[in-house]
Amino acid sequence: MTALSMTAEQSQAALATDGDMREKISVRNLNFYYGGFHALRHINLPLFDKRVTAFIGPSGCGKSTLLRILNRIYDLYPNQRAEGEVLLDGENLLSPKQDLNLLRARVGMVFQKPTPFPMSIYDNVAYGIRLYEKLSRADMDVRVEEALRKTALWTEVKDKLRQSGLSLSGGQQQRLCIARAVAVRPAVLLLDEPTSALDPISTSKIEELVDELKPDYCIAIVTHNMQQAARVSDFTAFMYLGELVEYGATDTIFTAPKEEKTEQYITGRFG
Amino acid sequence: MAITDTSPPGTNFAMGRYKRRKVGNTITMGLAVGAAVFGLLWLVWILAVLLINGLSAISLGLFTQNTPPPGSTGGLLNAIFGSLVMTVLGMLIGTPIGIMAGTYLAEYGKGTKLAEVTRFINDILLSAPSIIVGLFIYTIVVVPMGHFSAWAGSISLAVLVIPVVVRTTEDMLNLVPGSLREAAAALGAPRWKVIVQVTYRAARSGIMTGILLAVARISGETAPLLFTALNNQFWSVNMNAPMANLPVTIFQFALSPYEDWQRLAWGGSLLITVAILALNIGARMLASIGTKKGQ
Repeated sequence: MTALSMTAEQSQAALATDGDMREKISVRNLNFYYGGFHALRHINLPLFDKRVTAFIGPSGCGKSTLLRILNRIYDLYPNQRAEGEVLLDGENLLSPKQDLNLLRARVGMVFQKPTPFPMSIYDNVAYGIRLYEKLSRADMDVRVEEALRKTALWTEVKDKLRQSGLSLSGGQQQRLCIARAVAVRPAVLLLDEPTSALDPISTSKIEELVDELKPDYCIAIVTHNMQQAARVSDFTAFMYLGELVEYGATDTIFTAPKEEKTEQYITGRFG
Repeated sequence: MAITDTSPPGTNFAMGRYKRRKVGNTITMGLAVGAAVFGLLWLVWILAVLLINGLSAISLGLFTQNTPPPGSTGGLLNAIFGSLVMTVLGMLIGTPIGIMAGTYLAEYGKGTKLAEVTRFINDILLSAPSIIVGLFIYTIVVVPMGHFSAWAGSISLAVLVIPVVVRTTEDMLNLVPGSLREAAAALGAPRWKVIVQVTYRAARSGIMTGILLAVARISGETAPLLFTALNNQFWSVNMNAPMANLPVTIFQFALSPYEDWQRLAWGGSLLITVAILALNIGARMLASIGTKKGQ
């Protein structure tokens, strides 16, 4: 809530003085179609490294769609296509030459509902690592522990690594999924409403986690919960009917939005 | 009882209608229970007759001696062995094809014409009379080879296995939530690894159930073996020769006028029934383990 009490100028100044801000992903003139339906229109947006960017907006506005373009998970389905450019470190990831599996190893994703694989907790975390690295038993143990520690799950599961991932509670399962994504050592983390299926305590744990992961990743989070966006993000993109209405520093968006639509949404007048 | 408005509300509401409903309920329940009992009665009767006649035929000799000529003692060793061999071989041929075809339908071919046509034909095959499968294999395997053989028997059983396994594999894979596939793909797993390492694992108990049900289906089939493996009075392990098997032996012995042959037929029937019962119980147990794990 401190973010909300800061003035727009202060926060702009704070951001401007940050020397290490680097544009990790640049979305340029992006259009997206579900078959004949034009779901995203002319989106332009930067995502900064070591920062959290929140996508907010009413249901069906295209925020999840935008997130699903960033690791091209939409490619699993026929009839969905994107036009425009999405640059990851300057390289267009929408290019047909892009190797999807390698891209997804660099851009991790966590989904709305926890999706532990039907295997042990250890194997869940090791799954992604095994896809691309051949590690010795000991090295793998280290990597799994590291990922579980990062997601504050280690103390809770260290004595039951061989148990099924499905035996954990919902909140633990979601943190396991984040650990699984982090274990691959991606550069970008996409979180698609990661707490909407969780209780308040698990939600706050995930939010703390996002804060702790921030120094190492470029994070994008889709959320329905505006307080959450205000709490965890540095930048916020407000979307409506497939268009990016407003993008800016989170405190600016929440205290002094430029667009009337944004103000109406964040004050709860629609959506 | 007539409807009167003199009583206080809630104490004597439309008693007549209520009673009529109670009578209606009793009649409906009576009919339903009666139908269930009637259906079960036949089943129990069949099992009882089978037990009474079959148990007296079960002896050590049944498992250690070959089928006898009329009038002498013997067992069903060669028939049991032949049934086992051809069932196992039929499963070995049919299961991989069935699982792969089911995987195509559920994972790769979604929405394509080829998948739709395959699914339609598979459904027809699923309910096709097994005698037609027997005749088909007779035409394409037995006739060109010039003689009946255990290979032909195994192949015709495999043809019966395929549609069952295709159907259950597809259904079980479809039950796996798409989010699980997305989660694996989002880690950078190529499609085949997603299927083999995650989706199959999630659907494992369901697919196993389908395989067990396919075993149960073919272990009692007579018609497809009648035209393919035929039968053999003697011990034979030659896959290129006719091979004895339980269903055809039962068919032959039960219709014979010899009492000891008839008794062997009862024994064989009981063996098959018990085996199928065990398989079905196994399939149910697997399925219940699967649903418990899924929750």
